Amino acid sequence: MLSSTADHLYWMGRSMERAENTARMLDVTYRMSLLKQGTIEPNQEWSAILSISGLHREFAELYPGPSADNVVRFMALDERNPSSIFNSIRNARENARAERDTVTVEMWEALNATWLDMKKTRETGIPSDGISNFFEWVKERSHLSRGITYGTLLRGDAFGFIRLGTFLERADNTARILDVKYHVLLPSLGDVGGAADYYQWGALLRSVSAFQSYRAVYHDLITPKRVAELLLLCADMPRSLRACIDEVHSQVQAINSPRAAELQRCVGLFEAELRYGRIDDIIGLGLHEYLTSVVSRLHGIGELVNSTYFWPAED
Amino acid sequence: MAQIYDEMLELPSQPRTHYAAFAQWLDTTESDVIERKRAEADLAFHRVGSTFAVYGAEEGQERLIPFDIVPRIIPAAEWQRLEAGLKQRVSALNAFLHDIYHDQEILKAGKIPAEKVLGNKLFRREMVGVDLPGHIYCHVAGVDIVRAEAGEYYVLEDNLRPPSGVSYMLENRKMMMRLFPELFASQAILPVDHYPDLLLENLRSVAPAGVVDPCVVVLTPGQFNSAYFEHAFLAQQMGVELVQGNDLFVREGRVYMRTTQGAHRVDVIYRRIDDDFLDPLAFRPDSVLGVPGLFECYRHGRVTLANAVGTGIADDKSMYIHVPDMIRFYCGEEPIIANVPTWQLRKPEELRYVMDHLPELVVKEVQGSGGYGMLVGPTASKEEIRLFRDKIIADPDNYIAQPTLALSTCPTFVESGVAPRHIDLRPFVLSGTQINMVPGGLTRVALKEGSLVVNSSQGGGTKDTWVLGY
Repeated sequence: MLSSTADHLYWMGRSMERAENTARMLDVTYRMSLLKQGTIEPNQEWSAILSISGLHREFAELYPGPSADNVVRFMALDERNPSSIFNSIRNARENARAERDTVTVEMWEALNATWLDMKKTRETGIPSDGISNFFEWVKERSHLSRGITYGTLLRGDAFGFIRLGTFLERADNTARILDVKYHVLLPSLGDVGGAADYYQWGALLRSVSAFQSYRAVYHDLITPKRVAELLLLCADMPRSLRACIDEVHSQVQAINSPRAAELQRCVGLFEAELRYGRIDDIIGLGLHEYLTSVVSRLHGIGELVNSTYFWPAED
Repeated sequence: MAQIYDEMLELPSQPRTHYAAFAQWLDTTESDVIERKRAEADLAFHRVGSTFAVYGAEEGQERLIPFDIVPRIIPAAEWQRLEAGLKQRVSALNAFLHDIYHDQEILKAGKIPAEKVLGNKLFRREMVGVDLPGHIYCHVAGVDIVRAEAGEYYVLEDNLRPPSGVSYMLENRKMMMRLFPELFASQAILPVDHYPDLLLENLRSVAPAGVVDPCVVVLTPGQFNSAYFEHAFLAQQMGVELVQGNDLFVREGRVYMRTTQGAHRVDVIYRRIDDDFLDPLAFRPDSVLGVPGLFECYRHGRVTLANAVGTGIADDKSMYIHVPDMIRFYCGEEPIIANVPTWQLRKPEELRYVMDHLPELVVKEVQGSGGYGMLVGPTASKEEIRLFRDKIIADPDNYIAQPTLALSTCPTFVESGVAPRHIDLRPFVLSGTQINMVPGGLTRVALKEGSLVVNSSQGGGTKDTWVLGY
């Protein structure tokens, strides 16, 4: 496959996944803000979203403060935010447009329709009683794109690169969400089992569609340690770090390239660590330190993907 | 203006025989059904995203080309003649190009003034003596055909720097089959869908000598080019890679593409970028679209470019008037399809005539394309004519003029209902080890009442073109 094609497909997958993750975060925060539960001051939740995305500075330059309206506008529709849902969908669609000879007609039509609707929504604005509907819509469109890809695309390199982008992005998102939320929620650690705790940790689980899974796996109260275990090490939880790295691992094996030895080694090592790792050890080391290293490790894998498959001109 | 030929109607209420089935459908179908079909077509084109970019347009870079559901229908006998005429013309153009870059017999024979060829900036000195597989230069040609008062066909221009539009021909057909399956079932409409197969076969047939299983790619300037949709479409239909300049590189005299597996050799490049931008080492040094070292490989026959470098000289409008002579010279035959009578403004007496008759004539820039830089006398304002007159006086060599042909019309949906609009036809001719065509082409329609400009960049639309089998 052409390196530039692989590059576009990878970013197509990543961008759509990013749009979905952003919608998930905003949605959960929005729901929480309606509950008015707990001890957390209202804007802190919204501010946390900016920390997760690493966009504090960009936001501060454009908006007076992290109110619900401002953060939603910035993260959902603002063209000046490179990671806004609007721009993520545009990127996904532009990358697909560049590879219309590779993606299936159904994939292209779905993404293009998503983009056309997105543009319309941006013109009309999100109605104040339609915020949740909008986030639902983003998730559905992302599910649709992923589903169509899964259901129509030949299992070859194109498929591999789209999945690779999708799951690296998802891994990164899960790590960041856990890191930031964990911080925000720490003050309530002493209050394990209380109502505030139930809603706050429940919200975190819901943001990665893990609330039901938690119940199914643990049949017990929500505790921070188990949440971390579920989101990091549980292979069966489709948005956990472990599940994401499993998928990344199988894709770098499947995309057969003589250039990929180092990438395969790094991902394989990471996969093994997650497979045999224990949550007690991770917490013992310090969850924040661990997650910081995960984020930089994922960044390193991204760089390796870049130099392995999308090799620059001089090579 | 003289009588206008209506493609569908022989008399105001009597359709021509080959239009009978469609005219009947149009007559007997409720207007809301027709409206629904049109809306369906619109929606489907939007979703497929068959757009083209418009230069200088402000909002967004994409726009849909309007599609009209009334087909342009060509009866079998007319098409056979057209096909023979087009193949004849394109083989003469190929022979001409090979000749001027080799022995220059046609210049020695005095059929074309040598300085008009050798002094033309589209004549590529670098191509002199370069041998191409099969001696083919214009692998893909789009020849614009118009029809005048009595229904006679003329060649309006040859497009040899690969012409666009073929994707619309294919998409329009797909759309019509979706909207009107019953019309396809009830008459023999010849298929065009195999065009991509023919193109691929044709490109593979001109690979460098000795290459087994040649690797073909489509080279595009990128997604901001007006015809990008078509480049991607053709690559996909042929099942080959769509590449940009930075996907390719030259190593040890061969062209490779950069892939996730490493370097992969390329043998035939269907390029949709101009000569000037192909190779910064050989042509424009500021080109970022091209591939450094490509031309050197090409000269040595290690890679095939389609169309060939230096082909532009043959579709230059100053060369157009000589094509009938080329046909006589190389084929020993009379042209089957005539040229539109043309004045050359470089000749003082013809210039004088044209300047006196500007409001009646169409004046074109010799090297213009896409409907830019032309004057349509009868519809131009006095001011426009005055401005154009100044441009001509400043550089008469740069212009030719033609009578304003009463282009044939075809019924077309417009705001006020169905009304006649002027059309032309661009069939596509493929040259490889043999010359191939699919029956049909792209019919373009000028949507503005009375307008003769069919270019999509100037507000034209398209129609499906049906060639009947009998």
